[in-house]
Amino acid sequence: MTMKLKTLHTLSRWLGLLSILLAIPAWMLVVQISGLPKFILPSPMDVWARFLKALTDGSLLYHTGVTLVEILLGLLVGVCFATIIGYLLAKSRSLEKILSPYLVASQAIPVVAIAPLLVIWLGGGILSKVVICSLIVFFPVLVNTVVGVRAVSSSLYDLMGSLRATRWQILWKLELPASLPVLLGGLRIGATLSVIGAIVGELVDAQEGLGFLLQLGDFQYDTSMVFVAVFMLVILALSLYGVVTLLEKRFLKWQK
Amino acid sequence: MNPKPILSVRDLTVTYPDNNGGLDALDNISFEMHPREFVCFLGPSGSGKTTFLRVLAGILPPTSGRVSFMYQHRQNIGMVFQQANLMPWRTVMENIMLPLELRGAGKIKMENMAREMISLVGLKGFEGSLPRDLSGGMAQRVAIARALIHDPDLLLLDEPFASLDALTRERMWMELSRIWQAKQKTVIMVTHSINESLFLADRVLVLTKRPGKIKLDLKVDLPRPRTDDMRYTSHFGKLAKKLRAAIE
Ligand SMILES: Nc1ncnc2c1ncn2[C@@H]1O[C@H](COP(=O)(O)OP(=O)(O)OP(=O)(O)O)[C@@H](O)[C@H]1O
Ligand SMILES: [Mg+2]
Repeated sequence: MTMKLKTLHTLSRWLGLLSILLAIPAWMLVVQISGLPKFILPSPMDVWARFLKALTDGSLLYHTGVTLVEILLGLLVGVCFATIIGYLLAKSRSLEKILSPYLVASQAIPVVAIAPLLVIWLGGGILSKVVICSLIVFFPVLVNTVVGVRAVSSSLYDLMGSLRATRWQILWKLELPASLPVLLGGLRIGATLSVIGAIVGELVDAQEGLGFLLQLGDFQYDTSMVFVAVFMLVILALSLYGVVTLLEKRFLKWQK
Repeated sequence: MNPKPILSVRDLTVTYPDNNGGLDALDNISFEMHPREFVCFLGPSGSGKTTFLRVLAGILPPTSGRVSFMYQHRQNIGMVFQQANLMPWRTVMENIMLPLELRGAGKIKMENMAREMISLVGLKGFEGSLPRDLSGGMAQRVAIARALIHDPDLLLLDEPFASLDALTRERMWMELSRIWQAKQKTVIMVTHSINESLFLADRVLVLTKRPGKIKLDLKVDLPRPRTDDMRYTSHFGKLAKKLRAAIE
């Protein structure tokens, strides 16, 4: 019985990889049958060759690095602002009343739509991308912070009060660990959104980054390059997701 | 006995805000306590016993009236809540160490004291367990250990033994009496059990239905140490009867 369960478990772990591997011959088949030219639908071999070329001439790593820095800086700034403001909002009903109309209204503006404006104001460099990332990350992390901090059990506040804990002790030893599950949930959403933010910014105007590669490939009918850039983005997003999952495994052992 | 009270409560009234004018939980409570005294509060559910403890602990400000402490006793309180109230992300050991941690004690000292408390409440072998893996009674014993570890002068206990089995409960009574006598503590304990209050207390106060007023202030003049056999004496019976009559 347990043996069977175990084999099933390992099988399901390999299933994802298997389905990806199966997708490649299917893709080749589509290329073969449709007979589409390379600049419309490159074959997996074309993409692989393009990948190796971009890797060896160093351009791929460079542009991936630029985008990663934008994503991480944007995430950092967005998460910092969102958790600080979210914490204050969670603690003060009057501050919430004052700020929430602006926050809700700001959510009606899609960041994608104001990205060109931000690029005009802040230039085509890294700054505009970081700002776009942090704006897109801000709201979901803010909401999670408010929800997480509000959910801290009032009887644990009583406990800390009876022990004469200081504000800082309450923050570090109660509020932070108690709301961590929800905070990490916010980070998980934020990490994925940050990738989108960086690409949106780069597509508007950039001289470097994966979004730039994407557009360059597009202009030069180098469709294989577009595929490579898209795959790199997927890998970036998955890695960030994986980091958050690791954090959850490390810090939320007590939950399950 | 020291004539100067360690704690004095004057005309304490607590009203919780609600939609229609507020909900009175406590009404004009006045009471004094001497150092080393053990006082039990009895009263029907909702009579404001927990509310009273929260005011004494300084967690809840009184709506009116005054609570004053001699010395700095208010700085050093151990409280056991009606529910165990453990931090789910901390192990048994870490939960028990919390009061010392907040006072900035060293790690070695904290661990040694925590181990001592763990064996006192009979939880050896569960040092590294998480609260989710404990039974209700075990969790409550962790809470008791946590309330005692920093050697507080004033202990506030909100039905601390309600979720324990009879055997453990009686062992905890003995332990509590012993600690109370050895360490010169002042204890206020809320309970629903007349037996428990007569076994432990110097004085039992009975509260009325909400809003709580003091209905009876009964001195328990049974000799100490108290034993199981006392339960069958006529004096114990007389005291129990008085209490029962006062509780609606
Ligand atoms: N935080 C609160 N906000 C509003 N009302 C409250 C609050 N806490 C308690 N009350 C109300 O105050 C009254 C007294 O509550 P309290 O918890 O002090 O009673 P208790 O004597 O401890 O009852 P029990 O024996 O059931 O524990 C109850 O009617 C309760 O509904
Ligand atoms: Mg209560």
